[in-house]
Amino acid sequence: MEELKDKEAFISAQYIVIRLGDEKYGIDIRYVDNILRMQQITRVPKVAPYFRGVINLRGEVVPVMSVRVKMGLEDVEETKDTRIIILKADGIEKIGIIVDEVKEVVTLEEEQVDRMAYDSKEEKSAFVTAVGKCGEDLISLLDLHAVLAEQNQ
Amino acid sequence: MDVSQYLEIFIDETKEHLQNLNTQILELEQDPENENTVNEIFRAAHSLKGMAGTMGYKRMQTLTHDMENVFSEVRNGSIKVNSEMIDILFQCLDALDEYLTNIQQSADEGTNENEALIKALNEQMGAKGAEAPKEKKAKEAEPAQVTERSKKWLEIKLDDSQKSVISRAAAQGEHIYGVDVIVQESCLLKAARAFLVFKAIEKYGEIIVSNPSAQDIEDEKFELEFSLIVVSKGEISQILDAVKNVSEIEDAVGEALDVSEYIPEETKKQETAIVESGSSEVPEQTKTDAAKTKEKKQTAVSKPVVNRTVRVDIEKLDVLMNLVSELIIAKNSLVSASGTEGNKGTGFNEQIEYLESVTTNLHESVMKVRMVPIESVVNKFPRMIRDLSKKLNKKMELYMTGEETELDRTVVDEIGDPLMHLLRNSADHGLESAEIRRQRGKSETGSIFLNAYQDGNNVVIEVGDDGNGIDTEAVKLKAIERGVITPEQAENMAEKDIIDLLFNAGFSTAKVVSDVSGRGVGLDVVKSKIESLSGEVEVKTKLGIGSTFIIRLPLTLAIIQALMVVVGGEKYAISLGSIQTLEDIPVSDIKLVQSKEVINLRENVIPLIRVNEMLDIESAKGPDDNLMVVIVKKGDKLAGLVVDDLIGQQEIVIKSLGKYINKCKIISGATILGDGEVALILDTNAML
Repeated sequence: MEELKDKEAFISAQYIVIRLGDEKYGIDIRYVDNILRMQQITRVPKVAPYFRGVINLRGEVVPVMSVRVKMGLEDVEETKDTRIIILKADGIEKIGIIVDEVKEVVTLEEEQVDRMAYDSKEEKSAFVTAVGKCGEDLISLLDLHAVLAEQNQ
Repeated sequence: MDVSQYLEIFIDETKEHLQNLNTQILELEQDPENENTVNEIFRAAHSLKGMAGTMGYKRMQTLTHDMENVFSEVRNGSIKVNSEMIDILFQCLDALDEYLTNIQQSADEGTNENEALIKALNEQMGAKGAEAPKEKKAKEAEPAQVTERSKKWLEIKLDDSQKSVISRAAAQGEHIYGVDVIVQESCLLKAARAFLVFKAIEKYGEIIVSNPSAQDIEDEKFELEFSLIVVSKGEISQILDAVKNVSEIEDAVGEALDVSEYIPEETKKQETAIVESGSSEVPEQTKTDAAKTKEKKQTAVSKPVVNRTVRVDIEKLDVLMNLVSELIIAKNSLVSASGTEGNKGTGFNEQIEYLESVTTNLHESVMKVRMVPIESVVNKFPRMIRDLSKKLNKKMELYMTGEETELDRTVVDEIGDPLMHLLRNSADHGLESAEIRRQRGKSETGSIFLNAYQDGNNVVIEVGDDGNGIDTEAVKLKAIERGVITPEQAENMAEKDIIDLLFNAGFSTAKVVSDVSGRGVGLDVVKSKIESLSGEVEVKTKLGIGSTFIIRLPLTLAIIQALMVVVGGEKYAISLGSIQTLEDIPVSDIKLVQSKEVINLRENVIPLIRVNEMLDIESAKGPDDNLMVVIVKKGDKLAGLVVDDLIGQQEIVIKSLGKYINKCKIISGATILGDGEVALILDTNAML
């Protein structure tokens, strides 16, 4: 019993499950500040293509990027399910990422998470740190720092 | 007494006094006979000493005390000001500055005793003429011993009833003593020890008053010292011995007080005595009528009117500023709501107009609070130039104008280093040696000038000299040598571009603004600093005649008046400060010069910039439509920005785009419009 308790306190974490295309991804809930519906985005010229622009978040100007473009997936039209997730990765500066859909919040224990080795050749795998198993589903856990890191294209 | 809460005030005021001393001593050097200056110096040194003493900075106090002694002798005319003395005094100021820096960093003055300086000061004192009255020497020598203990009892304020007790006691032949008691640092029950001290003293006499108050001492609200004024028939030595007998008492010092200071009626009789004894040791607080009479006796003691300042925590101001920003956003939404809903009731419009005037006023007053004169920064430069003049062995004079020009506090705080660097540059490399100057028919004394003035929404600061100017050929050679440009490039470069090379990071060898200056060394640091303040630097130079660095800074950073324009369906803001005129130009007016589009506007050939191309967007206009051109200026350069449409003038709140997306050079920020939409602000300076 003792051991179990320890593990729970130590390792279990909550993830927001999002959808990009057919795949599910998890974002560590500690970094999530807010989830918004799509809204008007002001384009900013001369920046990396994955930056969609900036939005007005209650008087604050927050940049928004498309995770799809960043991860090398093809861009899609927005739907009624499209959401902007506002992240505070460094605890100070906010940044929004556009995802196809926000599904649910799951709690994953340590034994449900498999660390991934960086052997896959696929571009998008560079953004995934681990895979979580939740029932039948597999959820790729996003490495936010890699997602938000600057990219020279 | 816990003084930590006063630390900030102490630091601020000490800075002011040091600055004042610097200025005054400079003046004294020019005009050694000026009594007013000497008096002012004396007063500043005295206040410094008092403050340092109160805060418990003993080393600082000792140094200022010795400085004060020198000034006191100068004031009495027993020693003359000489250049050696001025040098020593400046060194003392530097030493004090060092103490202050230590205090700022650690609340501790550090351990530098500056013995050499104190010795030098005392030598100055020793050099005083033999005609100095003997008793004066005695007077100076006596306080010097006791100053170690600083005579805290002199800081005790007496009210009338206490004064009358003293005078009555004096009339009855009792003695008045001032006593300082120092408790050992290891003492655990300070209040209890203090109580025992009180008991011991009361055997011999009566305690009139104590500092801190008896209540505070009882509550242990004191550090290690407290002071008392005691009325007693006995000798001071008895009292001191009794106090020292109390265990855990480190030391007790005291001496008989000059009763006359507390007895106004007798002032006149004893006036002569007071003038001699009271001059150096009476702190401001105990200046009684006697002291005032003394002041009247001295000629022309006119204290110059000092700026009355309110110190405001900048964070509080920032909050206020943010509130104003919010208010403006709210106002903007009202404006846009009134436009869209057809709600044209006059009452509604009046309200909006009222709100508008309120927000504008509020904005202006908040901005004014943030504005400080650049004086606080440039004041230290005359001293610096004087030192440089000695060090470089060149004669030079600094002329400053517009010290009262005001800038945003944050800008003023940052502008000091770049200006200092430019001045050093001028002094070190701009001005030629005396021989060359003579050969060139210039006056031997080089002039360096610093002019500040407001120009529209900008403040311009010019730093220049009448020295050698920049040798563009030399710069070219150096740039080629350093590999910044190729010889081929150098061939085709315009003079202006060559001068710009000086600001090139690759050209510089120094990484930070430092003591070492050189044309081109560290100028990139100057430039980047100025640019980080949204300002710009320009150079005007003529070989053999001199050069001038022109710094342009925005008055404020947070809220600006802007013109809203439309480009390809997107809204952009252009700062009104950089806009010259708006023009409606037919396509036929466009000429091509070197395959670049220009227009000829009132005898000015102005290059056109297609904003939509810079922003990677399609213009909504047809190729034959008239062009809407916004003429903007940067320094004396003009350019025409071609936009699709104008929306109008608006007050906008500048927001940062944040670190993730600040790569775009031509966008300086964003703002939120009344309808909640985000509009980007075009940085016209970057576009030119």
